[in-house]
Amino acid sequence: MTPILEVQKLTKSYQTEAGSLTVLKEISLEIQPGATCSIVGPSGSGKTTLLGLCAGLDVPSGGTVRLDGRDLYSVDEDGRARIRRELVGFVFQNFQLIPTLTALENVMIPLELQGNRDAKARALQLLEKVGLADRPGHYPAQLSGGEQQRVALARAFMNRPRILFADEPTGNLDAETADHVVQVLFELNASFQTALVLVTHNLELAQLTQRIFKLHRGALVSEEQGKLANQALSGAAS
Amino acid sequence: MKQMLETILHLFRAWTWQMAWRDSRRSRRRLLLYAASIVLGVAALTAIASSGRQMQRAIDEQSKALLGADLVVSARDAGLTPAQESFLKTLGGEQAREISFASMVYFPKSEGTRLVQVRALAGGFPFYGELETSPSSAVDALRNGTGALVEQNLMDVFGAKVGDDVKVGDITLPIAGVLSRVPGETMGFATIAPRVYVPFNSLANSGLLSEGTLARYKVYFKFDYNFDVETFADARRPEFRRLQLSYDTVQERQRDLGRALENMMRFLNLIGFVALLLGGVGVASGIHVHMKQKLATIATLRCLGTSVGQSFAVYLAQAAALGMIGAVAGAVIGTVVQYFIPSLLADFIPFAIEPAVSWKGLWSGIWMGFLICILFALLPLIPVRKIPPLAALRSAFSDDNGMRRDPLLWLGYAVVIAGLVAFGILQSRRWQHGVGYAVGIVGAFAMLAFVAWMISFVMRKVVSSSWPFVIRQGLSNLYRPNNRTVLLMVSLGMGTFLVLTLYLVQMNLLGELLRPKSDKDGNAVLFDIQPDQREGVRAILKSQELPVIEDVPMVSMRLKSIKGRTVEEIRKDPRSGIRGWALAREYRSTYRGELAPTEKLLSGTWHERVDSADESIPVSLERGIAENLKVGLGDEIVFDIQGVPVVTHVASLREVDWRRLSPNFFVVFPRGSIEDAPAMHMMLTRVETSEQSARLQREVVRQFPNVSAADLSLILQTVSSVLDKISFVVRFMALFTVGTGLIVLGGTIVSGRYQRLRESILLRTLGASRKQVLQVLMVEYVLLGALAALTGIVFAVGANWALASVVFDLKPRIYPMPMLITIASVSSLTLIFGLLGNRTLLNRPPLEVLRAEV
Repeated sequence: MTPILEVQKLTKSYQTEAGSLTVLKEISLEIQPGATCSIVGPSGSGKTTLLGLCAGLDVPSGGTVRLDGRDLYSVDEDGRARIRRELVGFVFQNFQLIPTLTALENVMIPLELQGNRDAKARALQLLEKVGLADRPGHYPAQLSGGEQQRVALARAFMNRPRILFADEPTGNLDAETADHVVQVLFELNASFQTALVLVTHNLELAQLTQRIFKLHRGALVSEEQGKLANQALSGAAS
Repeated sequence: MKQMLETILHLFRAWTWQMAWRDSRRSRRRLLLYAASIVLGVAALTAIASSGRQMQRAIDEQSKALLGADLVVSARDAGLTPAQESFLKTLGGEQAREISFASMVYFPKSEGTRLVQVRALAGGFPFYGELETSPSSAVDALRNGTGALVEQNLMDVFGAKVGDDVKVGDITLPIAGVLSRVPGETMGFATIAPRVYVPFNSLANSGLLSEGTLARYKVYFKFDYNFDVETFADARRPEFRRLQLSYDTVQERQRDLGRALENMMRFLNLIGFVALLLGGVGVASGIHVHMKQKLATIATLRCLGTSVGQSFAVYLAQAAALGMIGAVAGAVIGTVVQYFIPSLLADFIPFAIEPAVSWKGLWSGIWMGFLICILFALLPLIPVRKIPPLAALRSAFSDDNGMRRDPLLWLGYAVVIAGLVAFGILQSRRWQHGVGYAVGIVGAFAMLAFVAWMISFVMRKVVSSSWPFVIRQGLSNLYRPNNRTVLLMVSLGMGTFLVLTLYLVQMNLLGELLRPKSDKDGNAVLFDIQPDQREGVRAILKSQELPVIEDVPMVSMRLKSIKGRTVEEIRKDPRSGIRGWALAREYRSTYRGELAPTEKLLSGTWHERVDSADESIPVSLERGIAENLKVGLGDEIVFDIQGVPVVTHVASLREVDWRRLSPNFFVVFPRGSIEDAPAMHMMLTRVETSEQSARLQREVVRQFPNVSAADLSLILQTVSSVLDKISFVVRFMALFTVGTGLIVLGGTIVSGRYQRLRESILLRTLGASRKQVLQVLMVEYVLLGALAALTGIVFAVGANWALASVVFDLKPRIYPMPMLITIASVSSLTLIFGLLGNRTLLNRPPLEVLRAEV
């Protein structure tokens, strides 16, 4: 089976006044369709950089990234945008909802971008799934942090992505709200058979994924199995 | 290129507009304010274009009334020679005649006198259009020889009414009516020499026309309908020239007026365009702030899969919509404003205009405004292409991102400048002027921006932590990130600069005229004094205790030959390079033994006296006329003084200061040369009050009706009223620039409020009182306003200096009062706008503001 994400010798360096600074060193990994993984490590270890490169948000200094067998960096920026539109979903730490759009409109965007006319019906379904069926007309500023992140989750699954990238999805939330959001995230992930790449500081959260990659100073130092992955799957299934 | 095509394609997709509409939700009022920046500029250009079209139409429709006849032939004399008479008879058609000259009129009832232009009219002129009078029957009285027509303003000065008497020379006539319009003439400049029409037959008894009187004789012709007057007249051009007659046809007048109108409209357009450009800068700065706020949204959209062109198209659509709204609103306002322009220009245009909606003017205003808006909006929109999706992940993402190296941004600037040059060339019709205009505007903008940058730089260096909190915060706002220094300096500084320059130039022109050279200079002139009247006039001056500063004889003469070639020969020679007017004019020359205080000898020898007039007389020529006649030292000139040839040679060249109120001459003869020739005299005296002046004029006119008097106050009054009228029109146009400056100021402050929001709220959260936040804002706005005004003033003083010394040849002067008023008013306006724009920040609790506006 073709891996949904295939990273080969991925390197990212920046030129600074003090010389070249390498923030990612020859990272290689593979994620199969529907699998879940997390990337953990201390601040500055290169987690977010790796996530950005895997999603085609930045350009690497070396190495390759393939999403569903397609080389992300052999196409131009608009080509990568097209691949994101078709394959990728995003969840951000600070939600990144568009403040001038209602919850419903925020969720509709990915399908609207594909020219799909069923965007509204599907967006309403997803809002219902994340428990916000009664708030479609609310603007982000009128929603709590947890509600905003649930809208972001609905938006992330709108285009039935093959892979979801989540950057500290609970970083801005309190524990109770975070648990709720995580539950919704894994439920949606399971029901859409989406692969999940999760960047987090939270080791408990990381344990819910099947594989955990540990980064240190830009290098992949270890890989282990998530101890609670089965629990997450069964929780999602129930 | 690919991105541009993609952007254009996306502009035709519904989602782009739907997204643009949704995205604008929280900023619509602010975007409308940015759109308002271009409204006044578009309004100015639409109004100018529309009224220009109406005026051109009026010229076409009223063409014959512009001249009042099919053909006008004129001679520079009080009568026609037999040869001229018989030639004019051969031209046929219906004829009317008019003699016009300057003379004094006397209103017996009020005992007032005034120098006027007397016109004696015989025949059916005007053949097209009419002499408009009140009552309308007054024209008949003029034609019957029973009354005179007088202009309203002259009647007003002396409190005269229809039916009162007016004395012109030796004749006294009742005023039959008030003259309100003469076909083809403007009424605005009437103050220079108000017109008084008298019956032609009465002139013979007036005693006003004598040898040497400067008069103009006109014969008006009316031909059959469809008669080709221009071809007819052009075929006889040599004959007109030989007889020293000039002529004017309807077509020629139409062309002249059209040209003059086009020049005037172009000039106004160039002024109006500055307002639009300033509006463009307002749009650019507004969009810049708008895009900064949209950074996260754009990054998110890019993460969600929108292409570069697609996200660019969303914001281009917003800019296009606001450009269209601004342009349409401006065009509508401009169409309303153009209804006022005819009355504004009524004094300058010799025809009546009916204002009407000009669709062409409306469209041209809309397109011009739309294009400028898009062009200026593109500058801050171009960086949208460079916002990476990564910005959604990294909050500390820098938006600079190598923009300075983006070739498309430079292309954007190049397009703006090219557009400016193109507009300049289109309006001035000369590429040098167009480039000069663009360089001037871009230079002014650049210099203002540079001064703003300098201010930020200096503030950064001087603000010290030991200063009071409020002052330190207020000053620091001038250089902190997201400061408004450059934008406010450019918009306010430009407006101040334009308006003040116009004002200073006007003050300087008037100031130069008002300034007495010395107490001994004359300020009142009596002219056309015949030799036998000299003693009488001197006696009047003596009895009124007024000095005779100068008593100058004037002998009228014409050129007969230059360097052995007759005037006729020179006229026929196309290579002579000597202008017709210099050959044909009547020279009023004098004789004296010394140079006047207004003269300077440039070369040659000054001859005080000659012993015999039989040999060639050494004369002195003014430099300019010598250049025009193409003569130098030693060259022979033969003058004709009433049929007698007088041989002279150029012995010296002089420079003359024509601005001094003093009798100045092109040609000065030495003593002992032409004393025997019939001469008129001119006397210069000095009056201290207007009562003295009126008493002198009254007495002179009573005893010697043919003698005319003019005093400096009259000339000043005239010049001042003309300048007032011109500057009113220019200021009216400059008002659009000032108005735009204020709107841009409002927009800047509102957009600045969003930028400063967090800072102000944080200050209040940390315990700053409302008063303290208010004081910080006050320091910032007053300082910005004062600095912008000061910079505008410095530029205006510079421009006035350049215009005064290079264009008007005046000594530039400083006027402290208007400058102080400018600084005070611009600073207070900035403060008022600033505080109004920020009042929501001050009056509501921080959290409420934060929730609602972020």
